[in-house]
Amino acid sequence: MTTNRKRSLVRLAIWTWSWVGSLALATFGSLLWWPENNGLKLGLIVLNAVLGIGMIWSNIKLVQDYDELEKKIHLESMALTLGLGIVFGLFYALLDTVDMINWDAEIGILVGFMGITYLVTVLWYRRKYS
Amino acid sequence: MKNSVKDHRIRMKMTQEDLAKKIGVSRQTINAIEKLKFDPSLTTAFKMAILFGITIEQLFQYEGS
Repeated sequence: MTTNRKRSLVRLAIWTWSWVGSLALATFGSLLWWPENNGLKLGLIVLNAVLGIGMIWSNIKLVQDYDELEKKIHLESMALTLGLGIVFGLFYALLDTVDMINWDAEIGILVGFMGITYLVTVLWYRRKYS
Repeated sequence: MKNSVKDHRIRMKMTQEDLAKKIGVSRQTINAIEKLKFDPSLTTAFKMAILFGITIEQLFQYEGS
């Protein structure tokens, strides 16, 4: 692994964990510790969005550091993940709309589904081209 | 697209890792090119041809559809 790649991965990890941490703080802090403080709640939500943009930027930098085969693998994985995410997301939402499930269709399920799909498709394409 | 990357790499007494470092791609990319699973970009193809001292047509042969 090149030094540039290591630096890009560390930068992405820092931004990602900061974003996850701010998401947890904005969610649980607002529900449990400062439910009445709207200013703090809004501030943390904005901070979460800013850290999310930083995470996206650092991910773009990482992808720019990939070589042509790695870019192809990630592009194909992203295409499959986006397509399956839309189909599964609308399928899941439709189940909720027509009352076929007894719980609310939460966005977290879709995020988890897309994360797992991306991981599996990257591994699958890496195997395909190895 | 067919290629003779492996033959020329061996002729130059280079490992996949050596070739990958010289042209700025990963070893996995060299492996995929040699196994005809991936067609490289024009830039990478030219870098290889120049490194091996041959023309791009000698290194890569288009088979048509």
